[in-house]
Parts: sequence; C-alpha cells; structure tokens
Amino acid sequence: MTTYAAPGTEGSIVSYESRYDHFIGGEYVPPAKGQHFENPTPVTGQPFTEIARGTAEDVERALDAAHGAAPAWGKTSVAERATILNRIADRMEANLEALAVAESWENGKAVRETLNADIPLAIDHFRYFAGAIRAQEGGVSEIDGDTVAYHFHEPLGVVGQIIPWNFPILMATWKLAPALAAGNAVVLKPAEQTPASIHLLMSLISDLLPPGVLNIVNGFGVEAGKPLASNRRISKVAFTGETTTGRLIMQYASESLIPVTLELGGKSPNLFFDDVASAHDAYYDKALEGFTMFALNQGEVCTCPSRALIQARIYDRFLADATERTKAVKQGHPLDTETMIGAQASNDQYEKILSYIDIGKQEGARVVTGGEPSDLGGELSGGYYVQPTIFEGHNKMRIFQEEIFGPVVSVAKFDDYNDAIKTANDTLYGLGAGVWSRNGNVAYRAGRDIQAGRVWVNNYHAYPAHAAFGGYKQSGIGRENHSMMLDHYQQTKNLLVNYSENKLGFF
Amino acid sequence: MTAERVAVTPAAADLLRNLADTHGPLMFHQSGGCCDGSAPMCYPAGEFRTGDSDVHLGELTVDGIDPVPVWMSASQFEYWQHTHLTIDVVPGRGSGFSLEAPEGVRFLIRSRLLTDDELRAFGLA
Repeated sequence: MTTYAAPGTEGSIVSYESRYDHFIGGEYVPPAKGQHFENPTPVTGQPFTEIARGTAEDVERALDAAHGAAPAWGKTSVAERATILNRIADRMEANLEALAVAESWENGKAVRETLNADIPLAIDHFRYFAGAIRAQEGGVSEIDGDTVAYHFHEPLGVVGQIIPWNFPILMATWKLAPALAAGNAVVLKPAEQTPASIHLLMSLISDLLPPGVLNIVNGFGVEAGKPLASNRRISKVAFTGETTTGRLIMQYASESLIPVTLELGGKSPNLFFDDVASAHDAYYDKALEGFTMFALNQGEVCTCPSRALIQARIYDRFLADATERTKAVKQGHPLDTETMIGAQASNDQYEKILSYIDIGKQEGARVVTGGEPSDLGGELSGGYYVQPTIFEGHNKMRIFQEEIFGPVVSVAKFDDYNDAIKTANDTLYGLGAGVWSRNGNVAYRAGRDIQAGRVWVNNYHAYPAHAAFGGYKQSGIGRENHSMMLDHYQQTKNLLVNYSENKLGFF
Repeated sequence: MTAERVAVTPAAADLLRNLADTHGPLMFHQSGGCCDGSAPMCYPAGEFRTGDSDVHLGELTVDGIDPVPVWMSASQFEYWQHTHLTIDVVPGRGSGFSLEAPEGVRFLIRSRLLTDDELRAFGLA
C-alpha cells in the first residue's frame, strides 16, 4: 500500500506550476485579457493552480499559429509523424507514475486507475496511431485500359477539439493521436474543470512537436469553446459532452459546412441472464465485478453500466451478492493505491448526483445501499464524495433514463430474452452495453440486438485501442479508438488520370 | 387549475437578472447525456435553434427582464413529463457553453413529481 504525497508538497513525485497560460505556437502566452481562474482539486476542494481564462482573441491567435504550421506538418512523411507519436508515448511511459498522480489530483479519481488504465491506455493510443498511419493504404482503381483513379488521404488542415473532464489526458489523447497522425494541426480546449494535467503532459512532450501543430487554449465553454467551435477557420470539430451542446456545435458546424464527431453519452444497460448463477465459480465472481463496474471512475464514464437488468429467476440472489460486492468498494483518499473510488470531479457534479438521488427516492425507487454523500473527514471533508449507490426500480423512472454520471446504478428485473432486449433498448441513447451469459448463442444474439455502438460480452469497461467506440441513437456521431478514426480526420483526394494519346471525338 | 412545469429559485432569478444585463434576453435548453448532461443550458435568446423536435416547457418569470423560455427535446420530454422542474444555482465550474459558468456558478435542475392536480391539468391523469 502506498499513499502518494499531493503534487507540490514535500515528498511528491510531481508538481504543478502555480499558473498556466495558453500554449500557442510552441510557447506559453498570456491570455489577451490578462485574466486567470483558480483550479481546485476535487480531493479537498482547494485550488492548486490557476489557469488562463481564454477568449476569442486567444482562439484567433491559436488558429493563426495552427494555420501557419498546418501546410508543412501535413506534408511531413507518415514515418516522421509516426516517430513523433512514438516518442510522445516513450516520454509518457518514462513519466507514467508522475502523470498518474497528477491526473488523480486534477480529477479526483483513484490513482490505481490512472496508474493502470488512464495513462497506460493513453501511451498505447499514441503508439497505435503511429502504427495505423504507417500501415494506411490509399487506393488504385483501374477504370478502363487507359484510365486510373488514384485515391489519396490528405489531412483536413486545422481542426478544433473540445475535451471532457472525466479522463482529461486519455480523452485528449483519443482525439489528438488520430488528428496528428493524419497530419492535421490542432487547437484544443480542455474542460474548465480539469484544465491543468494536459499542461503537465505538455511540459514533457512539447519539444517533440513543431511549433503551432498543437495549440491549447484554456477557458470556459462560452468564452473559449464557442469561439473555437463556431470558427470559420476550422475544418472539423470534435466534441465529447452532452446533447444540448452537441446540437449547438452541429448548428455552428452547419454554418461553416464542416464535419463533426460527437460523443454525447449514454445510459448503458448491463444484462445478466440466469445462467450466470448456474455455478458459484470464477465466472460468477467475474460477473459480480462486472455489475460493480458502475463505480469505476466514480461513475463518471459515458458508458457507465448504470442500468443493471437481472433475469427474474436469479434476481434476489444475484442482487444480494452484488450488493455485498458494492459494499466492499473502498472509498478514500484518491492518492492511496488501496482506494477504489475517489472524489467526484467538481462541486456541481456532486450536487447534480445528489439531486438525482433525491428524484430517485421521490419516484419510489428503493435504496438498496448508499444513497448519501460521504464525509471522509480531515482535509477530505472539503472534497466531493458520494457513496456507491444501488437503486431498485423500473425503467420508466428518471434514474433509469438519465446519465447521472455518478456511482449510482439502477436495477430492474426481466422475465425473458425479449423482455431484456426491449428494456435495454428503451432509452434515448446507444453508446455502451454489457451482456453476461455462459451461453454463447444468447450472448451473441443479445449483443447484436442491443442498439449500442459498443457491447461488452462477458466483460465491461475495457477500452483497448483497435476496438471502435461510439454511439447509436442520441449518443453521437462517429467512432473513436480505431484506425477508422483516421477517416474522420482526412479528406479523400481522387486523382482521375487518363493515359490515352487519343481525343474522345466529342469536340 | 393552471399548472406550471417550470419554476426558478430566488438565487437563480438574481443570476438571470445579472446575465440579462450583459447578454440581453435569455433562454434555457435542458440537456441530456454525459458529462454535464442533465444540466439546464442558458443561452442568449435565439442562440440555440429550437425546432419541431423540441417541447416548450414554459416561461420563467423574473422581475425586470423578459420572460425566459425553457425548452427540452421532445424525446427527452417523454421520460420527464411527470416531473416539475425548478432551476436552481450552485457553486461550480460548469461546462458546455452555458452563460453562467465564468461566474463560478452552475444552474442545476431540482425535480419533484407533479401532483395529482397538476397531472390532471396537463392531461396526464
């Protein structure tokens, strides 16, 4: 067991600067209006650094830098770009522990997750796209004996990316790695709740990229995000967040006629068929862990398995065992490696979760366990902690229909296969789902019948590169985490070439 | 009886007055989905284009400024229609492009079940 010292305190392996400006054109530049805002850690609620409060002027400056860099960057060889991405990954790997501690302090998540998931996945992601861009092929199509259609991939140019706060470094990497691999210059806006850790990453890697290829403008959505998303000088915008902002970004994109990729969340069902409990073996134990995955990252995951649907024949027994497993989730200081669940990322998130617990109780859902905030005492009393919570109810309740984005699972029973699929699909969203069955035929059919972009079968919450991730229905547009993402950041250039010496004879 | 689906707390009304001073007439669109989903998003009136896929839930009456319309997508309304919504405000960082975030506060929805009288008034009982 280890408890890491807080960043910047004695004995810590990592320190944040006391202030971060914008990273534009390869250097740090102060915000045009000279304003900064405080950035608190959700671990204690206390500020630990301050961040530039960007405005449209700063976005324009970043776009100037990006447009200056994009033409040359887009013409670099794929070998050169892949080498840079691999070097970024190597630097991150050499500093994995420091990045993991810094990310935990920034976001409030347990350090065992950043050590074993967030940062290793981000490292692998850069390496994956370094490989993917090297292996990408264009096309040669023989139209007739004299005519050939060549298809080339070309970068879009300058793209805008707006990053969420639940996995600040990993979600930035999901967007950056394919965009850079494809030869684009980027203007990126981190979430205002978690703006600092990307700058710690930049302190390790900024010398590897030509100036202007990656620019980071901090600030609030309305002041910095909107001038970026609505800008006529970007060729694409990528956003992870919620539906209203997703629609607004599409409106802006429609004015510029540019493409968007959107990842807008879900309300993911996790289905447990009755054969799960046919033996009390390692598989049953794994299924109970699969249920408890709703508490991973404090539930702040777009694919949180927040609706557990359990077949009636095993319902009582399975829920009792799953409740016992949930009660064993250890909540504590996020920098303690034994801690399984840390702090919610911000005060407003904490308040929102409690408001959902309130409406759940009003609607008549039964609290099986949890249902209250946690006061962990000492300096943690100022942080934002919520008990892992299990509700029992039915699928029409609002806690079954809305992404609470907290450690809250809503449980209902189903009678048979058709009932399970009907309930699973009775949602506005279609991002993730889980299917648990020892019967391969049932698991396969359920996986195909659930309207979601990612269905985990006999596992949950794995995010390896090379497995496409994205939503059906209102969960968004586009896919991440796969080489097909390169297409989202590339134009197709068709060169149609005629090799005949003879005229057509029309004129 | 006349029933309302939406209301606003005094603290949120004060904030709306301040925001209207800076930004002019205002509107809300209730979000769904992840991250800052389920949060009411406040925009200058007309910034967010509503259409046939949206439901107008009502207008917030705040002294001194124009009524503030509150919207939600019709598909989301299917699941929310049995609840009354009060827009409140809490300290926070906010996100999305909602106008209040730079003030260090965040609008928040507080919900309650509609009463039997209200359900009848809306034709739901």
